[in-house]
Amino acid sequence: MLEQQLLNALTLGSVYALFALGFTLVFGVLAVINLSHGAIFMVGSYAALWLVSHLDAPLWLAMLGAMLLSGTLGLLVDVLILKPLRARNAPHLTPMIATIGVGIMLTSAAQGMFGAEVLRFPEETLPAGEFIVGGVHVRALEIAIVAIAFILMAVLFTALKRTQLGRALRAIAESPKAASLLGINVEGLFHVTSFVAAALGGIAGVLIGLDFNAITPQMGQPMLHKGLAVIILGGMGDIRGALIGGLFLGFAEVISKAYLSSQMGDAVAFGLLFLILLVRPSGLFGRVLERKA
Amino acid sequence: MNTPQTLLSIRNVGKHFGGLHVLQDVSFEVPAGGIYGLIGPNGAGKTTVFNLVTGLLAPSSGTIEFQGESLVGLPPHQITHRGIARTFQNIRIFKEMSLLENVMIGMHEHLKYGAGGIFFNSSACRAAEKRARERAFELLSWLGLEHKAAMLADNLSYGDQRKLEFARALATEPKLLLLDEPVAGMNPSEKTLLMEEIINIRNRGYGVFMIEHDMRFVMGLCDRIAVLNFGRIIAEGSPDEVRNNQEVIEAYLGREEEAA
Amino acid sequence: MEWFNDFWSTYSTLVFSVGVHALLALSIWLTLSCGLLSLANAAFMGIGAYVSALLTLQLGWSFPLVLLTGGIAPAVVALLIGAPVLRLSGVYLAMATLAFGEVVRITVLNLEITGGPEGLNGIPLETEGWHIAALLALTIYGLARLRRSKVGRAFEAIKEDEVAARLMGINVDRYKLLAFTLGSFIAGVAGALNAHFTFFISPREYGFEAAVDILTMAVLGGISSLIGPLLGSSIITLLPELLRSLHDYRSFVNGAVLVLVVLFLPKGLWDPRRFRKWFGKAKGAEA
Repeated sequence: MLEQQLLNALTLGSVYALFALGFTLVFGVLAVINLSHGAIFMVGSYAALWLVSHLDAPLWLAMLGAMLLSGTLGLLVDVLILKPLRARNAPHLTPMIATIGVGIMLTSAAQGMFGAEVLRFPEETLPAGEFIVGGVHVRALEIAIVAIAFILMAVLFTALKRTQLGRALRAIAESPKAASLLGINVEGLFHVTSFVAAALGGIAGVLIGLDFNAITPQMGQPMLHKGLAVIILGGMGDIRGALIGGLFLGFAEVISKAYLSSQMGDAVAFGLLFLILLVRPSGLFGRVLERKA
Repeated sequence: MNTPQTLLSIRNVGKHFGGLHVLQDVSFEVPAGGIYGLIGPNGAGKTTVFNLVTGLLAPSSGTIEFQGESLVGLPPHQITHRGIARTFQNIRIFKEMSLLENVMIGMHEHLKYGAGGIFFNSSACRAAEKRARERAFELLSWLGLEHKAAMLADNLSYGDQRKLEFARALATEPKLLLLDEPVAGMNPSEKTLLMEEIINIRNRGYGVFMIEHDMRFVMGLCDRIAVLNFGRIIAEGSPDEVRNNQEVIEAYLGREEEAA
Repeated sequence: MEWFNDFWSTYSTLVFSVGVHALLALSIWLTLSCGLLSLANAAFMGIGAYVSALLTLQLGWSFPLVLLTGGIAPAVVALLIGAPVLRLSGVYLAMATLAFGEVVRITVLNLEITGGPEGLNGIPLETEGWHIAALLALTIYGLARLRRSKVGRAFEAIKEDEVAARLMGINVDRYKLLAFTLGSFIAGVAGALNAHFTFFISPREYGFEAAVDILTMAVLGGISSLIGPLLGSSIITLLPELLRSLHDYRSFVNGAVLVLVVLFLPKGLWDPRRFRKWFGKAKGAEA
């Protein structure tokens, strides 16, 4: 029924938005498409699973741990790989290619450590409970996912809007050179951005892992592609666009899965992505960027 | 004051980016032969004129004609085929290629051989390549660069890079050569050398249309000059006429004061 | 000769793979040499593989014709999508081609005629060693000729500075389309060859990972000459064999190779300029 599907779409869409937010933040500030973001998402969900099942950590602590670990990974990618490439003034596609390599390494490492099979959170660790609201079955888990996603996004939006850090980041997004002339520690903020973006990717991984309760080493790749679809939909580097785009994709996917076929859900995402790139590369919701000759 | 043969004619051209009017009602004519100068303070819109003529930008209004044919709406490569070549203020040579290859890029349109010729290395293809190489050497020798033909362009001095850019532009066999601040960033002795090269090019029968903001340099070189200020032509004529034009003096004095 | 027969029965598949991968690496080299980072080559390979396999299985066409069509089919697709896609540059082009690849993969996954996720089984073994060798040689020869012609110079110019290339009278859009289409043709032929010695094809082989593998070959080998992609594809094909003991971590090495090459050998392994620097004036090899 439609209401049930809308709830599913909201859950999925809010996680997509959260994932894409980190993705688009890195593009906006560092001007890099970080193609390891999907693998970092996957690492986040394994980290939470490991903390829960090996250390008996409560779920909230596992989430925090997952954010910390994936954030640190993001930071390492920036310090060890992106920074030297910046220093060398490498062509702008080079960092993207390097992050593909990072993604492969992380995926392969996860497969080596945890095996290729599907892993699940132990049933008792998941928030139990189910309500019926107006004929719709609402799982407590879904409420938690949507709430966590929106709280994190609200925090990020507020931080970007109201704090000194946010203003500095926006200045860098406009022009790193000008920002550094204004005395902003550009390198430092690149690191912060990488950490925050990856942490958001990691928590998105935990949330998806919980929602589907299925974790595999390959789970990052379709997510990466969806993230790409979202940020292109929303306009690359556009924070608000990522939110709207994420929700939009969640709805488009769930609706097309429900009313077309299950595989078509994915095709819709990429078909949309492809078409938008052809028709309106600046994104459906994004500002129009005028590129000069 | 009739110009017997007009090569490039720009009439009532305007260009705006959103609300920003970069050029307004710009009109002038570049005659065949000789050196024509477009001068004006920085930010006056000079490079925009070149971008409009070479098709990198489309004018918002007005017409641009070359030898009586409209250039508006043509893609850059076709404008080059019509006989207009240009250099860039911030030198844009192909650094990873040899000097010879750089010049041969300019000849692209004049190399008439097809896929079959390439694949089978036909005699026509070989002959065309040989002719192109010889012509490239010739052009390089005009600018005194022939002994460096095999060098990578990246390894050239600044002045030589500029000369290579001249040679590459000439390789397109243009009727009119657009030079965008050819002596920008050069020291006085390099400037003098390049001035001689520009005169040599003129003497070989090419039309030269150059942008410059160094008044003194232009005065000694150009046959006619147009002065652009804040997107408008404020004067046009011989160097003497321009030099004594009240508006020009004010535009330039104003600039000197700002700079001081 | 006995040792050869033993060797061949064990390693013929591997040797075939080296050849097919070399073709793929050359196909992406072509687009890269024109400054285009296209991630669509795996999808083009897939189109070639499926079209050719279906022609063999369903219509029983002769192998040469199948190979040719295997190249033409993706080339037609490339021509159709080329004009709008190639207006994009840099990251946007990479993303659009990646999305295109996914669209192709998911389409194949959902079509009945392609066998869906199970793929196509029982494709007759038609590819012989000399087919691959001959087509590879032909491709190398053709590309080497291209490189030394006005077309190769135009590609190079576009790669270095598109605007300057336009103003030198080069029809940039047309040459980009040429590189894109020719690349897709080569990838399609490689796909057709591959389909006819592996018995079996499935959509999984032509997804993002395959696209990245192809890119890795070219990046590892270097694109400043034709030797680079040949070297890169050989290494990437043989490496997993040498690393069998690593099991699950095998692809880790691929990822690490990509990162390390980008960081420390930005021009790839085969970099004539670096060789020239090492060996002084001695002339570096040129392909």
